[in-house]
Amino acid sequence: MYAQMVKTGVEHIRSKDEMSPEERAFQDRIDADIKIEPKEWMPEAYRKTLIRQISQHAHSEIIGMQPEGNWITRAPTLERKAILLAKVQDEAGHGLYLYCAAETLGVSRDELLEQLNSGKAKYSSIFNYPTLTWADIGAIGWLVDGAAIMNQVPLQRCSYGPYSRAMIRICKEESFHQRQGYDAMTKLARGTPEQKQMAQDALNRWWWPSLMMFGPSDADSVHSAQSMRWKIKINSNDELRQKFVDQTVPQAEYLGLTVPDPDLKWNAERGHYDFGAIDWDEFYQVIAGNGPCNRQRLRTRVKAYEEGQWVRDAADAYAAKKAARAQVKAA
Amino acid sequence: MNAQDALVEYLLRLGDNALILGHRLSEWCGHSPALEEDLALSNVALDLIGQTQLWLNLAGEVEGRGRDADKLAYLRDARDFRNVLLVEQPNGDFAATMARQFYFDAWHYLLLHGLTGSTDPRIAEIAAKGLKEVTYHLERSQEWVLRLGDGTEESHRRMQSAVDDLWMYTGELFEGDEVDQVMVRDGIGPDPATLHEPWLGLVRATIEEATLTLPQPGWAQKGGKRGIHSEHLGYILADLQFLQRAYPNATW
Amino acid sequence: MTDKKEWPLWEVFIRSQHGLAHRHVGSLHAPDAEMAIMNARDVYTRRNEGVSIWVVKASDIAASSPGDKGPLFDPANSKVYRHPTFYEIPEELGHM
Repeated sequence: MYAQMVKTGVEHIRSKDEMSPEERAFQDRIDADIKIEPKEWMPEAYRKTLIRQISQHAHSEIIGMQPEGNWITRAPTLERKAILLAKVQDEAGHGLYLYCAAETLGVSRDELLEQLNSGKAKYSSIFNYPTLTWADIGAIGWLVDGAAIMNQVPLQRCSYGPYSRAMIRICKEESFHQRQGYDAMTKLARGTPEQKQMAQDALNRWWWPSLMMFGPSDADSVHSAQSMRWKIKINSNDELRQKFVDQTVPQAEYLGLTVPDPDLKWNAERGHYDFGAIDWDEFYQVIAGNGPCNRQRLRTRVKAYEEGQWVRDAADAYAAKKAARAQVKAA
Repeated sequence: MNAQDALVEYLLRLGDNALILGHRLSEWCGHSPALEEDLALSNVALDLIGQTQLWLNLAGEVEGRGRDADKLAYLRDARDFRNVLLVEQPNGDFAATMARQFYFDAWHYLLLHGLTGSTDPRIAEIAAKGLKEVTYHLERSQEWVLRLGDGTEESHRRMQSAVDDLWMYTGELFEGDEVDQVMVRDGIGPDPATLHEPWLGLVRATIEEATLTLPQPGWAQKGGKRGIHSEHLGYILADLQFLQRAYPNATW
Repeated sequence: MTDKKEWPLWEVFIRSQHGLAHRHVGSLHAPDAEMAIMNARDVYTRRNEGVSIWVVKASDIAASSPGDKGPLFDPANSKVYRHPTFYEIPEELGHM
């Protein structure tokens, strides 16, 4: 997902008896589906975990602008160009909403960006893969945004007010992303033989990384259990992954494309698709910084930030001068 | 030059300016100084892409050879592009982008204002829609020129050198030729020369408020309107047109 | 790079087309009020959401403290007579 393997700093989940009165009251409110708001009392671990999770999500949106941005200048029609630019622009917006949500927890955007730029903070593994053809733009919208929505829709109900509200806004805007991706894939799948091949090739390359987005199985993870207890994680990774596969396979069939998994087959008894083993070695390598584009993505981000410094400083200096002039005038 | 040919040529100029500048601005997406600015620059680019579609579709319609905006944007070579040299200049640093934008916006604003009174109702309508967008573009680029000019020592230096470097591309905006003569004769568009004074007024006011020095009148680079471009345009088109050229007759 | 100060945070309020009051829609960073309004336009009205924008520096907002929630808001719970449904109106009178 956009936030993968978020640690909670918790080693075991405490029963209500073990909690302080404050913490018990806090947990009671969460159990009663009452939202937690910025200045209210919250356990330090809840606050820190949320900062990690929301900022990972924000970083993913910002880094995610690069693989798609790669094709803005080469989009094949004026309409596709406008759609893609509007989509990448939305991602900047989503990153912005999320950074603001994280800021309500007492951390600044600059601190979060510093963590990203220094390589300390993580972002989704998926954005470390390259966009090699135009079909990759369709595949990202269809698969990557499709996978993201699986996670984001339930997060609209999460326990932290500002995060939940950001998610509501994001989901409203995001539904266009998946549709435009599928629409672009449809055009290719119905197009010339070269276009169809381009679409199949994109599905081949993006399928497995999309399944990895959900993260490794967290059935036994204490962090996931704690996050679910706090209602900042709503479903398990395996649950969401299964839902994604079940939803996506018929969509691929409709396009006449083949999902690159020989073990994929409908299991009537379970009422779900069975699918093959995921290469978790690859996933951990990508997370550790060894994906095809990790270094490139980070370098691009750092460069934009550093080259923008003088601009941000200039605007600050101007604002200070203007305020000083206003003061002189008023005096 | 007959009236129809002149009109097609004129519409191509309007469309190509929007297309090439929109393309340049779209290059910023994800690389600008702040997230807020990524969103803002993309909005300007999206406005310009929208205007491109309107102008070039109309150009194709008047031409009557079955070319729509996409065919005109993606299947002409550099010599057939009619944008002014200013808009194809590279983004450079943020100051260069903002100087280019400000010079262009101030002119674009005055031009579209003139075009809202066009005798051709199709043109007047597109101009009226575009004018609302461009009024905001101008406001925004003006605000940035002020902040960069009157910001820090470094930003002042960068902004001054940007307004100086791009100055030689502004002369072309006001140079009329036989296409413009036909437009003026038929009441379709304003005489470019008449835009110069109000443009200079706008530019001077902002540049002076920004504590910058207005560049001296000098030699003007021109040729874009006739299809003689800088080397930059070829690379823009190599990007822009890649898929349409590599996969002819495919639909996307 | 962390010794640089960042643009202040602004809270954004937008009035939608339908004449309702300005509503808080989110926040953003901007160096000053003019840029904050322009950024709000670009960030929060991309889908035709608004006809008027207010921006307020987040640090200028005075807010009630969450700890006072009980004393501030609970007393209103017992003033049921403030709500129209408290009163029974004879049905034959119709809507009132």
